[in-house]
Amino acid sequence: MTTTTLEDADRRKAWGFAAPALLWTLAFFVVPFLFMAAMSLWKREGREIARVWNLDNYLRFFSENALLQGLVNSLEITMIVTVLSVLLAYPLAWIIAERVPKRFQRMALILAILPFWTSYVVRSYSWLLVLSKNGVINQMLTGIGLIGEPLEIASTRTATVIGFVHFFVMLLTLTIYSNLIQLSPNYRRAAADLGANAFQTFWHVVLPLTLPGIMTGAFLTFVLCIGDYVTPQILGGNNELVLPQIIMLQLGRRADFPMAAALSIILMLAVTVAYVLCARWLKIERA
Amino acid sequence: MLRRILIGGVSWAYLALVYAFIFLPVAVLVLFSFQDGRLPVPPFNGFSTQWYEAVFVDRKLMAALGNSMLVAISSSVVSCVLGFLAAYSLARYKLPGSALQRGLLIAPMTVSYLIIALGLLALLNALHMPLSLLTVGIGHVVINLPLCFAIIYASMGDHQINIERAARDLGANDFKVMALVTAPMLMPSILAAFFLSVTFSWDEFIIAFLLSRFDVTLPVEIWSMLRSGLNPKTNAIGSLVFLASVALLLILEFSLFGRTKKQ
Repeated sequence: MTTTTLEDADRRKAWGFAAPALLWTLAFFVVPFLFMAAMSLWKREGREIARVWNLDNYLRFFSENALLQGLVNSLEITMIVTVLSVLLAYPLAWIIAERVPKRFQRMALILAILPFWTSYVVRSYSWLLVLSKNGVINQMLTGIGLIGEPLEIASTRTATVIGFVHFFVMLLTLTIYSNLIQLSPNYRRAAADLGANAFQTFWHVVLPLTLPGIMTGAFLTFVLCIGDYVTPQILGGNNELVLPQIIMLQLGRRADFPMAAALSIILMLAVTVAYVLCARWLKIERA
Repeated sequence: MLRRILIGGVSWAYLALVYAFIFLPVAVLVLFSFQDGRLPVPPFNGFSTQWYEAVFVDRKLMAALGNSMLVAISSSVVSCVLGFLAAYSLARYKLPGSALQRGLLIAPMTVSYLIIALGLLALLNALHMPLSLLTVGIGHVVINLPLCFAIIYASMGDHQINIERAARDLGANDFKVMALVTAPMLMPSILAAFFLSVTFSWDEFIIAFLLSRFDVTLPVEIWSMLRSGLNPKTNAIGSLVFLASVALLLILEFSLFGRTKKQ
């Protein structure tokens, strides 16, 4: 009898300790999200929101080219960025882990992610200084006479991709490096003993073993990239809008909150699909 | 032998090239914050600190700086306290549905900030709640609580249970155990969670942008400065933020994390 009451008291206490965090998450994350999901099934009429259930926003998304194109642009840019970032970051992580002397590795890594510590908005802005019409690159290239007319890089998809790749190379270098240094050298010794050359060892042994690190970083890149508004808005300008830019447009100029909500749900579905693909693939790799 | 030199050369060249790519925008940002002229692009006209002076006399920027500090520190304190309590409860008591609770607490990590901000904005609008720094702080706790919970929960090992039991046997109640035994033992990870959370809140844009009205945080104020195009003053405030973050990073590296490594 006494034990049960004690357990009850313990249980009450445990709930009491967990309650603030759980309630916070429920009140300010779950409830708002459900409310937004409901709102995506409502409709804007003039300046008002009509609370009649319908699928108009979703139907409009698939019939209106400008909206659908936003998702296509988002997916294309995110794919390009993810692939380019992995391709650039892997050799960097490998060189830091394998070529740089042990006692300088930590410093090399800190240096590689130092620009991480500039403010996110400022980082995109500073690429504008480099890429704009009278920016560093154009002035250098025209200065040495390589091009006559300045290149239009700012306000294009290329600028968005450069800004994103810059950010995610730093992130991926971290995840891949931490995976590389955990590899026991015995695997490579064994491969060498069995007659594999350097390339074969890398391709058949090192690369598969670092795939989890690559996938973790790539998934993180995908999620952060597809949901970002700042970089495409500053660097891509108003050409080839991505989904977050279109969501913000609904919110501002058009005051169409239900449509913004529907587009957000679609954005989330895209991330969920990516997660399901990655998770399944990762599990197969581990098995 | 020749091949080895070749591979070594290519490696170092690659390293230099990627480092140049990584540092190019930051170097340009800092260099042209000292520009003597109105445009932060080449040619470099000469060295001047006029834009830094302009930053320090800008009332709106300084107010935004204060707001950012206030929001970052208070939302991180709340995140750490709530995260610590939840981690203590889930690690030390076997509650029914604890996997579900963990999942719920981690869930906001998997959702874009934009969507979290939109949901909160929709709800606040429907409830006719005014937007302010408070609503920004609420949003920042939503994104930082999962982080703080996960970091602190991960560091609550079973080996600390016996020490807590001993404290309880000696008559300490739960709050005393937490404050005098558990929290001091977990201090490195609590501090790591706190500083990471401060960094995230400090640099967060979209939630702060959508959930604030009159008082704004620094990233939002910088955003509105961008409307005037390229401006050395933006370079100056950007460089200052960068410098402050690097200084903080170095202090942490040499004090906090240096000490935990020795332990």
